[in-house]
Amino acid sequence: MTPIRRHKELDRIWKTPRGWGRLSAVNHTVVGRRFMVTSLVFFAIGGLLAMLIRTQLATRDSAFMEPGTYAQVFTMHGTIMMFLFAIPFFEGLAMYLLPKMLGARDLAFPRMSAYGYWCYLFGGSILIVALLMGAAPDGGWFMYTPLSSSTYTPGISADVWLLGISFVEISAMSAAVEFLVSILLLRAGGMSLDRMPIFAWYMLVVAGMMLVGFPPLILGSVLLETERALGLPFFDPTRGGDPLLWQHLFWLFGHPEVYIIFLPAAGVLSTIIPVFSSHRLVGFRAVVAAIVTMGFLSFGLWVHHMYTTGIPHLSLSFFSIASALVAVPTAVQIFAWFATMAAGRPRFSIPMLHVGGFMFVFVFGGLSGVMLAMVPFNSQVHDTQFVVAHLHYVLVGGFIFPMMAAAYYWLPHMCGRQPVQHLSHAAFWTVFGGFNLTFLGMHLTGLLGMTRRLYSYDDPAWEVLNFISSMGGFVTTIGFALLALDLILLVMFGKRARRDPWGAGTLEWATPMPPPSYAFAAIPVLEDAPDGRRIAAGQGLLAVPRGQLETLGVDPLTGAPQQIVVLPASTFLPLWTAVATGGIYLSLLAKTYLLVPPLALVVVVLFLRWTRSTPPAQVLDAGRGIRLPNQSASGAAPSLWAMRFVIAGDATAFASLLFGAGFLAISAPGWPPPGWPEDSVRTILPVAVGAAIALLRPHGIAAVIAQGLILAGSAAALWRIEGATDHAAPASLAAVAAYAALHAAIGLVIAAWAVKRPRAEQDISAQWQRYAAIVGAMSMAFPIVLRLLSSAAA
Amino acid sequence: MGLLGFPFLAGCDGQLSVLDPAGPAAQGIATLWWWMFWGAAVILAAMVTLFLWLWLRPDAGRSVPARWWLVGGGLAFPLPVVIALTAAALWWGDAAARRSAPLRIEAEARMWEWRFRYPGTAMADSIGQLHLPAGRDVEIVVTSRDVIHSFWIPRLGGKIDAIPGHVNRIVLRADEPGVYGGVCSEYCGLGHAGMTFSATAHADWPQETP
Ligand code: HEM
Ligand SMILES: [Cu+2]
Repeated sequence: MTPIRRHKELDRIWKTPRGWGRLSAVNHTVVGRRFMVTSLVFFAIGGLLAMLIRTQLATRDSAFMEPGTYAQVFTMHGTIMMFLFAIPFFEGLAMYLLPKMLGARDLAFPRMSAYGYWCYLFGGSILIVALLMGAAPDGGWFMYTPLSSSTYTPGISADVWLLGISFVEISAMSAAVEFLVSILLLRAGGMSLDRMPIFAWYMLVVAGMMLVGFPPLILGSVLLETERALGLPFFDPTRGGDPLLWQHLFWLFGHPEVYIIFLPAAGVLSTIIPVFSSHRLVGFRAVVAAIVTMGFLSFGLWVHHMYTTGIPHLSLSFFSIASALVAVPTAVQIFAWFATMAAGRPRFSIPMLHVGGFMFVFVFGGLSGVMLAMVPFNSQVHDTQFVVAHLHYVLVGGFIFPMMAAAYYWLPHMCGRQPVQHLSHAAFWTVFGGFNLTFLGMHLTGLLGMTRRLYSYDDPAWEVLNFISSMGGFVTTIGFALLALDLILLVMFGKRARRDPWGAGTLEWATPMPPPSYAFAAIPVLEDAPDGRRIAAGQGLLAVPRGQLETLGVDPLTGAPQQIVVLPASTFLPLWTAVATGGIYLSLLAKTYLLVPPLALVVVVLFLRWTRSTPPAQVLDAGRGIRLPNQSASGAAPSLWAMRFVIAGDATAFASLLFGAGFLAISAPGWPPPGWPEDSVRTILPVAVGAAIALLRPHGIAAVIAQGLILAGSAAALWRIEGATDHAAPASLAAVAAYAALHAAIGLVIAAWAVKRPRAEQDISAQWQRYAAIVGAMSMAFPIVLRLLSSAAA
Repeated sequence: MGLLGFPFLAGCDGQLSVLDPAGPAAQGIATLWWWMFWGAAVILAAMVTLFLWLWLRPDAGRSVPARWWLVGGGLAFPLPVVIALTAAALWWGDAAARRSAPLRIEAEARMWEWRFRYPGTAMADSIGQLHLPAGRDVEIVVTSRDVIHSFWIPRLGGKIDAIPGHVNRIVLRADEPGVYGGVCSEYCGLGHAGMTFSATAHADWPQETP
């Protein structure tokens, strides 16, 4: 087969339709690009809001904005930058790059990428619409209660935040699962874990962190929303709740979040610096160890956002030490880059200029971060402009500069054109200069006592500094405009680039530029060089098109070819499913709760339709004389792995719920509650029996009956709870019972669907059945445990 | 860290300046800050110089083995620095946290003002104005009636949040009689910017009734 014919054949199978058909795109190249472009639009909106902030603060007693408007502006600036720009941008970048770096033709669940994209787009757009209508959230990007409770924020602005962000979070969770499975399973033949590109290692850790980092926030948002909408008082101190619970849940997410944003950027640096030093990354293993350490440590730091809440000093010291220790894995990475530069021959180039920008700005922010980790110092500058300066040094240094380097580095790959470099220097120096002008002096503004989120001030000493910051802010914006112009010029008028213009030798540069829909004409096989140099099209596995979308599945550890994964083609299903999901969101927002069950049914039905495309079990020729089973016959289907990760993420949410209730029982005011519901055999027995059946026989009709019993028992338990709006204790019991009921209901649907499916799919269902059984069993024991905890604390 | 150009500003200005301490708690933190500031300045300069040197002089550092970079730069350099710093800060913070004082003043926050009560003294309750004796430790008991606020007199010491349902304390001392500015430092709604108060330290203080 000639290369041209192979290209035509493969492209016919993999391509995204034109016209309206674009809305059916599921391909990682297309969806990844969409994520990036959309998030850049949000970045522009967030930047515009930053300019409004800086205009307001440029002079004292400014009359530009009312305090109410100002509150919406800073809240939306923070919210947009964190949730609608930073996370989606790196998701898009990783979505685009990962398969190509790993030697796969797509991610494991292309339709989930598309679904995630639509959820992100809808959720984000609704936040922007709320902003335009003047009904945007206004409690600050961490939405502390009671300020965000219905007493102090009536109206829908807080609901827009809680529901909108949760909706966007769906896309983050699905990306996390998708990245984990894709990195572990879909790689080039022979790419063992230790030969995997460093960027994939970073994303593996990041995806794991997202999987356990986001659930506490999602759970917290759901609890706060039920407090606002239904009156369950989880955070209300007058009814057995505690505002600190929100802070714990938020920062349990919020701190890892910062590393979730930083690590992909560090992964970019670990990829780029070796290329421009003409030397492989020195200390590969040390770097991997450092990022794994960072991943774990980052979950032990959240309380450093809460030093001034009155937590005993002894507990604070633990978090203070952990916070300071993060400096170590960070230093390991930076010195690995230094060692790489020392061992090779660093050359000048625009991406390296941005690496330099990173080095100064990020190290600066890291050092002020170590200062903030010190409890006494923190108690002075917490919630002042010093913190605003610090967080921008870390975020802009640790994310924006690396991403600008990434843009110059990978744009040739995305559009097949060479950098023009007319404006690149000017753009860099304007952003760099403007940024430091904005935020350097702001540290001092904070030390002089100016708190954050102030719409007006009257101290002349602050005015000088603020004026400088505002000028710097405008310069920065001009810099970003120059940068945008430079990149647009590159895309439109750049010379055609030759393949691998930087001499990188990593796999993504082995595809044609711009990449075709199928990325690789043949799945590369790594014989010797870890980075797969000189992979010629056509040499490898799955080179003969068979009319379906095929990519290689490997053994997670060794990279030995294990299965052929047949992927779904373009389809409108993700769009419709996201529209229906968006309908749920809107009806929650409009408080038309009656619409929720039918819409939920639509979502379920649509999701079940996704499974229709699963291929029948087959063993196929993979080329080079290897025959491999497809995923339905392999016993290690990507969806089996996905189910495991979904359960891990869900279990984190459940654990956060149990932790939250336990936290209230031990430390909230107003406990123990006036009374506890009586235990009843009528509720415990069916759940216990159902759980036992589901654990022993999670397949077939037995599973359906089991989940039916658990559902009936936990629904009955929910029904019996009285006074859930009077005290957080019954509210917590209701939440846990509802959690169990929901999981049993999902189990019921899956079990009923799996009855007639092949064994491989029943096994996927079985995992959920067992998990839902455990949740059910724990929910029955929960009232007893909570009662014990509460009396022990009293 | 941001003071590179402006060290002269310290101590010459500001009702609310952290750098112009007027009590032992704020004094200790200001000292800690200056130590950290100079330390960080040196580290930043060293890191940036190292980077530029490695980048612009392609043969630089080639003789240094990889292990040295990783072990030296990644462990040997940051570990002692952060351990020493954290230990010092914790030791100091612990001493501050253990302090208590016989004189208690209650500060109650609400949207958007501070109310102060002086149980056991002849002082009348006050709104927006805190009175305290100069030269003596005072324990401020901080509570909130509605949302979260935060009590902060920068020249005297760190802040402590006022959280509904919780009772928090902070021990402060003004060395000299005078008027010190105070603010609410946690965003608390539309009136947040105006939620300021003043703290007056008096040379003579009415006799307390135990
Ligand atoms: C030129 C770029 C930027 C400028 C001039 C800018 C300006 C500001 C200012 C002045 C504030 C303080 C608002 C206040 O305290 O009243 C702020 C808050 C914030 N910024 Fe930025 N910012 C920029 C870029 C970014 C980026 C890239 C991110 C994140 C990736 C970000 C995240 C945040 C967050 C999370 C807050 C806190 C919001 C809150 O207090 O609720 N900013 N920004
Ligand atoms: Cu306040």
